[in-house]
Amino acid sequence: MSAVAEERNARAPWALTAPALMLFIGVLLIPLAMTVMLSFHDWGQYKGIEPVFILKNWREIATDPYYAEMFWRTFRIAILTTLLTALLGAPEAYILNRMSGRWKSFFLLVILGPLLISVVARTLGWALLFGGNNGLVNKLLMSLGVIHSPIPFMFTETGMVVALAHVMMPFMVLSVWAALQRLDPQIENAAMSLGAGPITIIRRIIMPQIMPGVLSGAIIVFSLSASAFATPAIIGGRRLKVAATLAYDEFLNTLNWPLGAAVATLLLIALVLIVIGSNALIERRYAEVFR
Amino acid sequence: MRRNGPLALIFHTIFVIVMVAPILVVCLVAFTPDGFLSLPTNGFSLRWFRAIGNYPEFIQAFWVSLGLGALSSLVALLFAVPAALAIARYRFRGRDALAALFLSPLMIPHVVLGIAFLRFFTSTGLGGSFAALIIAHVIIVFPFALRLTLAAATGMDRTVEMAAVSLGANGWTLFRRVTLPLILPGVISGWALAFIQSFDDLTMTVFLAAPGTETLPVRMFLYIQDNIDPLVTSVSACVIAVTLTALILLDRFYGLDRVLAGKGDPGR
Repeated sequence: MSAVAEERNARAPWALTAPALMLFIGVLLIPLAMTVMLSFHDWGQYKGIEPVFILKNWREIATDPYYAEMFWRTFRIAILTTLLTALLGAPEAYILNRMSGRWKSFFLLVILGPLLISVVARTLGWALLFGGNNGLVNKLLMSLGVIHSPIPFMFTETGMVVALAHVMMPFMVLSVWAALQRLDPQIENAAMSLGAGPITIIRRIIMPQIMPGVLSGAIIVFSLSASAFATPAIIGGRRLKVAATLAYDEFLNTLNWPLGAAVATLLLIALVLIVIGSNALIERRYAEVFR
Repeated sequence: MRRNGPLALIFHTIFVIVMVAPILVVCLVAFTPDGFLSLPTNGFSLRWFRAIGNYPEFIQAFWVSLGLGALSSLVALLFAVPAALAIARYRFRGRDALAALFLSPLMIPHVVLGIAFLRFFTSTGLGGSFAALIIAHVIIVFPFALRLTLAAATGMDRTVEMAAVSLGANGWTLFRRVTLPLILPGVISGWALAFIQSFDDLTMTVFLAAPGTETLPVRMFLYIQDNIDPLVTSVSACVIAVTLTALILLDRFYGLDRVLAGKGDPGR
């Protein structure tokens, strides 16, 4: 670092960031605050939104078991999706890392590429593959003898988890991949030369070192799955609601904006707490790895 | 390092097939000659691609998406480049908090952002307008524009700038003739990644779009809600083709792993 510009003008960084800061305060923080306020307003079928301060919406969410069930479904789907991506994505990242140069970058492109392809198109693909009781997935599973009668995928949580896991998989592979880059391949060789078998190496050498990658991938996948909209809306249909699709319905169909705002605020608060909490846990547990 | 065993390769093959299958099936069904959803077993046909021409709302939505992506990514860069230079070069009070604020749209669920913007724009009289969409998209693509610009600004060779200063360049000339050309690859990749994010966003945009300002993902989503037929697969195939082209270009010029890994987080 030189002293050409740094010390001369202490106001420079603020002048440079001021436009972006104004933008963020004006059209991000203020709208978010307005949404939290909105969740305390009253609403009626005929009177519309009334700008008063009441706890009606929050009381409704806290007492009506419909909302408890919906939030529990949302988090259940997010947890299962996270487990599925971790169980499949971590080994895949490891296998990918052991491939030779050209194949490695080719398959990395194939696996990470979908991240940038429209979520609507990817979910549509699953809707086509599931397609009723004689969809391709069921036909394939039955001809392989894995199942005997077709599993319903469309409009079920099973289908949502499978499609969401596919949508989120690149994040997990990417995160484990990043952890693998920090791993010294010589440690594996050292373990082998000391007589460790492949299972011992994976369990004692690889697993502990990629665990931070798996966990930080899990946080990303979990928070994105819990707030996912497109996939649950298309696969789940109109009946199987999760937090995001319920908020959408309240806003654009029922027009009960205050209630929708309360659902969204609760989702935001829950996610922020979960993400910050698990980040702190991981950093404490794996402090030595991050150093 | 040891090679992958046969079991690992079988796992890998199945994994890749499952990752590609949904995308491939959309593209295949798009070529069906039948009037209903089916894998093309009796010949390929372009009838569903031609059919897009009869649905002007898809064409219009495509232009809205394209314009929105290009413009909002550009506007985001106008704000992000100075901010990235400040964060990369100066150690000042509140720097980490600012960086966290600028990256926060990545953390906030898009459904929450959609609701917040809907509330904000309706009460300011901008509801359903193209301007509202631009502002909202600037916020959601900002972190991507910032990250790649920040990575370029952090890795920049400052001695070239010092040489220019010693030769009498300063202010705008210094930025335009020296700094900007040096960080340009990062800025362009930031624009491309921001464009893709904007072009693909459904969750936030679905709250803001009104008839006339519907983007392509919103149009496709609303169409799928009513019925799934081969038309929407041919539209999807076109979207996939556009994204793949952008992806391959991005990979050639910058490296996809670098783009996706988002190197250059402050404090890493």
